Amino acid sequence: MKPTPSFNRSLWVYHLNSGSCNGCEIEIVAALAPRYDPERFGVKLVGSPRHADALLVTGPVPNKMKERVLRIMEQTPDPKVVICVGTCGESGGVYYDSYSLAGPIDDVIPVDIYVSGCPPRPEAILHGVVKAIEKLEQLQGGAT
Amino acid sequence: MSGEAPVKKSSYTIPIGPIHPALKEPVMFTFQMNGEVVESVDFAPGQTHRGIEWMGMRRNPVQIVHLTDRICGICGVTHSICFARAVEQIMEIQVPERADYIRTIIAEMERIQSHLLWAGVAAHELGFDSLFYLAWRVREEAMDVIELITGNRVNYGIIQVGGVRRDIVEEQYPRIQQCLTYYRELMDKLLHVFLHDRTITMRCRDHGILTYEDAMKLCVVGPTARASGVKKDVRIDYPYCAYGDLSIDIVTPNLLMGEVRGDVYDRIVVRVLEIGQSIDIIQQCLDNIPSGPIIWEEKIAKLLLACKKAKGEAIGRHEAPRGEALHYVRMEGEEAPYAWKVKASSYSNLISWPVILRGEQIADIPIIVASIDPCLSCTDRVAVVNKEQQAILSKEELHRLSVEKTRRLQHD
Repeated sequence: MKPTPSFNRSLWVYHLNSGSCNGCEIEIVAALAPRYDPERFGVKLVGSPRHADALLVTGPVPNKMKERVLRIMEQTPDPKVVICVGTCGESGGVYYDSYSLAGPIDDVIPVDIYVSGCPPRPEAILHGVVKAIEKLEQLQGGAT
Repeated sequence: MSGEAPVKKSSYTIPIGPIHPALKEPVMFTFQMNGEVVESVDFAPGQTHRGIEWMGMRRNPVQIVHLTDRICGICGVTHSICFARAVEQIMEIQVPERADYIRTIIAEMERIQSHLLWAGVAAHELGFDSLFYLAWRVREEAMDVIELITGNRVNYGIIQVGGVRRDIVEEQYPRIQQCLTYYRELMDKLLHVFLHDRTITMRCRDHGILTYEDAMKLCVVGPTARASGVKKDVRIDYPYCAYGDLSIDIVTPNLLMGEVRGDVYDRIVVRVLEIGQSIDIIQQCLDNIPSGPIIWEEKIAKLLLACKKAKGEAIGRHEAPRGEALHYVRMEGEEAPYAWKVKASSYSNLISWPVILRGEQIADIPIIVASIDPCLSCTDRVAVVNKEQQAILSKEELHRLSVEKTRRLQHD
């Protein structure tokens, strides 16, 4: 059975923690909690990158994580959108001068959507996910 | 084949992790399994390392306070208090009393949100997702009040060397009071859903036992120690901030259950009771908070000048939601500290994993690992290495095993 077009907008997200301080993690889970409840739109976290439409990457990517971030990126099927959550993933943030960073996330993998904040509010994370849906529709050649 | 000795199954190894090396203590587990039973456990923490202490030794104390906020996103205020207290002791300055009370209020709000967060995660590990959502829903109330007081939901940034950066103004008291009333009314329900639920009791009673002797030997801290009957709490043993003025008692599971077993269930009891204790502490703080200044020196340039002159070493301690956190700072009359060492509470508690996991089943690993509230978000992936055969167990599979065990027990 071919899924109806409404499925296009139910984004499945894989959350990859690449050395974050946990602040973004709890805000991501808080965004899933009943107050915001994005699952009513079909947006939810999945446990494997192979099931995901979008990657939610947090943290400044320490050297030891670089290999794993690349592997997760490879495991995610195309078309995919990468959302970078948090300031330290964008620029290094407070960890900018650390010796153990493989750089901000976009030095390792290409990023489509940036969500700023340390950590961003749940609303901002959800806004990033909505932007990702738009981007994904562009990648798929316009909304159906 | 009567008469023959049963064939002894050879044990096999399961490495878990370290993908998802989230937090400050990413961990690589190696389980030695015999069938379903854990024979021995080894773990290697410290895979991912952001070099925070190294960075701190190149920044001035006011900058470091913001760095300490980001050591851990859940214990946002813990490390800031530890560090600020250590520097204050070196500088020999007196923190205004009002600032001490505000620090205490924030620290206890953090304990409420952290314990609720943990309770939700623990319920999720058991496959009890409706309870997970319930806990996270009621947690939002604490997050709102934290945001009201500090301006941030996570990484509060309210602590400053010598005091706090924001005052609690008159208009905010009713909202804080409303939050306390909300949780006070909720306490009975929380105790009921967490302690009288058949599923939770079945899965947690007599699993992951840490005896009093082991807890003493391993020097575990916080709720993990108290659940084993060790009466240890920095807030009471070495009062700091406003804790010396308040009446608080050490929470051990026998207060409610009449006995101490030191199992996962007892750890739930201690944490849920501590939510009630925190409500009480905040109430006492609100009733007794003195008026006055909130910071020793408002001008940052002057504060930095004073920091620069300071010489000496000190230890700052704080009872975080997970137990005692400790910062050692040495200043040598320069802008940046000469040495800075952080001991987070999970560091002491992780050491109990090999003891509490021994003899347990694979399906019990998630909840027992989570029961000490590690700052380690999850064991993402498991590889079962059985001689030449290799199979990868994902976290979902572990979770599925855990859920299946719950179902099995319910059907029995």
